[in-house]
Amino acid sequence: MYRVVSKRALNPTVTQMEIESPLVARKARPGQFIILRVDEHGERIPLTVAGVNPESGTVKIIFQIVGATTELLNCKEVGDSISDFVGPLGLPTHTDGIKKVCIVGGGVGCAIAMPVAEEFHRLGADVTSIIGFRNRDLLILEDEFRACSNRLIVMTDDGSYARHGNVTIPLKEILDSGERFDQVITIGPLIMMKFVTLTCQPYGVPVTVSMNPIMVDGTGMCGGCRVSLIRDGERTTKFACVDGPDFNGYEIDFDEAMSRGRIYMPFEREAHAHVCNLLKQAQ
Amino acid sequence: MAIIPQKHAMPVQDPTERGHNFQEVALGYSRETAIAEAKRCLNCKNKPCVSGCPVNVNIPEFISKIVLEDFEGAYETIASTSSLPAVCGRVCPQETQCECHCTLAKKFEPVAVGRLERFVADWHNANSTSHAHVAEPNGHRVAIVGSGPSGLTCAGDLARLGYSVTVFEALHAAGGVLLYGIPEFRLPKRIVSKEVQTLKELGVEIATNVVIGKTLTIDELFADGYEAVFIGSGAGLPNFMRIPGESLKGVYSANEFLTRSNLMAAYREDSSTPIMKGGKVAVVGGGNVAMDAARTALRLGAEHVYIVYRRSMDELPARREEVEHAQEEGIDFRLLCNPVEVLGYNNPDNPRDERNGFVTGLRCVKMELGEPDASGRRRPVAIEGSEFDLDVDVVIIAIGTSPNPLIKSTTEGLETTRWGGIVVNEAGLTSREGIYAGGDAVTGAATVISAMGAGKLAARSIHAYLCGK
Repeated sequence: MYRVVSKRALNPTVTQMEIESPLVARKARPGQFIILRVDEHGERIPLTVAGVNPESGTVKIIFQIVGATTELLNCKEVGDSISDFVGPLGLPTHTDGIKKVCIVGGGVGCAIAMPVAEEFHRLGADVTSIIGFRNRDLLILEDEFRACSNRLIVMTDDGSYARHGNVTIPLKEILDSGERFDQVITIGPLIMMKFVTLTCQPYGVPVTVSMNPIMVDGTGMCGGCRVSLIRDGERTTKFACVDGPDFNGYEIDFDEAMSRGRIYMPFEREAHAHVCNLLKQAQ
Repeated sequence: MAIIPQKHAMPVQDPTERGHNFQEVALGYSRETAIAEAKRCLNCKNKPCVSGCPVNVNIPEFISKIVLEDFEGAYETIASTSSLPAVCGRVCPQETQCECHCTLAKKFEPVAVGRLERFVADWHNANSTSHAHVAEPNGHRVAIVGSGPSGLTCAGDLARLGYSVTVFEALHAAGGVLLYGIPEFRLPKRIVSKEVQTLKELGVEIATNVVIGKTLTIDELFADGYEAVFIGSGAGLPNFMRIPGESLKGVYSANEFLTRSNLMAAYREDSSTPIMKGGKVAVVGGGNVAMDAARTALRLGAEHVYIVYRRSMDELPARREEVEHAQEEGIDFRLLCNPVEVLGYNNPDNPRDERNGFVTGLRCVKMELGEPDASGRRRPVAIEGSEFDLDVDVVIIAIGTSPNPLIKSTTEGLETTRWGGIVVNEAGLTSREGIYAGGDAVTGAATVISAMGAGKLAARSIHAYLCGK
């Protein structure tokens, strides 16, 4: 069992938890993920590591309450335990030789982007962070980003906070001004990552995207997390759990990934509604 | 006394009934049938059957104890060389191992060794109150990577010799392929957990949620004080066909489909694991895994299930018994057929149509058998212009697996073959001192019992290595 040692609501639908898992805390690097099960009948869900504390043996996770499992996870309080927590899985974000980086995060994806930004800051790179949210209420981690970024631009889709519009607007302005990055790293909804990639394309700036497909085991066994890369017209299949989660944005077949991400949507809606009903009854 | 020419039949659930439930297909011998079958054994002096068993179970000895109605004694005989009697009695291909060496088989059907083994193990699990004998600790520590059949066997044998053994398992429960791969109706989960429980009673520690190569490396295991390591990590990565449409929604690897149903319990009605059930299903491949996937799909509620295999029935690699069971249940075998494309729904007028991207069919081409290839089997050749479409909603690819590269890529000096299998010598030793390996990680996809044999061999070698140190 893995104990919850801290819990904080970052906004009404996003929660941050620290889980006791000394082995994962010792090993995890930015960009890697874990898989957890809340209880012994639960499903396995992947969540990216949002930070570690090797001394206290804890791993920080940040999750959005979107389905049955995250709803149940959010019911756990400090001192409670979850049944399974395994990792670190996937490959860490590539940082070698990158001196000037732009991190583009969207929504809860910012939770994954933040430790990556921190890592580049720690390595002495020049960090520009562009983070976007649907509205002011969903804003998370602004202070944390400010602390590790040379420049921070906050966007909201509805203009209820900071600048109005989506993340590609300031990104394009910066690139238009002639400024260049060694790497743009984008983490968030697939549709956002697709447009960040398209925005960078005319300028020839390398783009890394962080994929978060449906997974079961996380060790390469099931192949459910496969993504298609298109390189020089050739299609190859990669497994996000072992070959990723980071991939070259110019090679990813985003449309296919978006379609695959929706495979269980009706099932998930039903399961989530079921859990919400049970929780209501319990109250 | 006249010899009964045929094996006593195994009672099975009615095919029409069992296609709708996940209960075991084969029901097991009764006490009377077991004794009657045991009496068919000639108790030959030279015991040819034993040489056919990868873990050398003393077959005539346990069978003669059944005749004497000493079922616990029979169990002890089996358990002295096999860590997983109830599993082997169910999933071993006895027809190509012990039973094909049976003296009776020269003229009649062989003794039903597998069915008797299962009877003895089930009798023990239901009636025995005796506990596993815990050996005196010898002070040496051994780490086992993977809790599948090779790892559990190696762990059991070493624990009986007094070693302090830890088994590291990447998933949340122990059993490996016995748990995630083989379905409930062939090998009930309770049988696997009972066998794992027996190992725990022997003192074996099982550490779940540890991915060797990620959470810990093999070199860290040595640094932690383990003196030898056995790698039994299996053949993890599913192969795909590399044909168009394989990423459509509704295309599964057999690993994913079976893992969702077995390990994640989608076969149970109260499960929260999503899986596409119902509709029409095509399973591509002809091995035991393909049979398991097809029969699982049927039980999950499929209207019609096809097996699509590119060679003919003679080359089909699955066990005969499994093929017969599948046929009885109504699985539709499309032999000499090879898939060329998975077809999907696409509404050009509405990109938001919820049906977009889901499987609608499997395009196949008819095959004929040509000259024998390197494997000795006649090579299937496509018949030009013979394409046809199967109307299906789900396609399950069961064409084999490749070894998982996680350990290889994090263990310096570990030699592997071109296709990724770990290289070992005749003692199960890898290119690194103190590191042994066996099972599918070495051979590629094979059987439970051959993996157990490799685990057994490695346990002997590790014992010799650590005694000589």
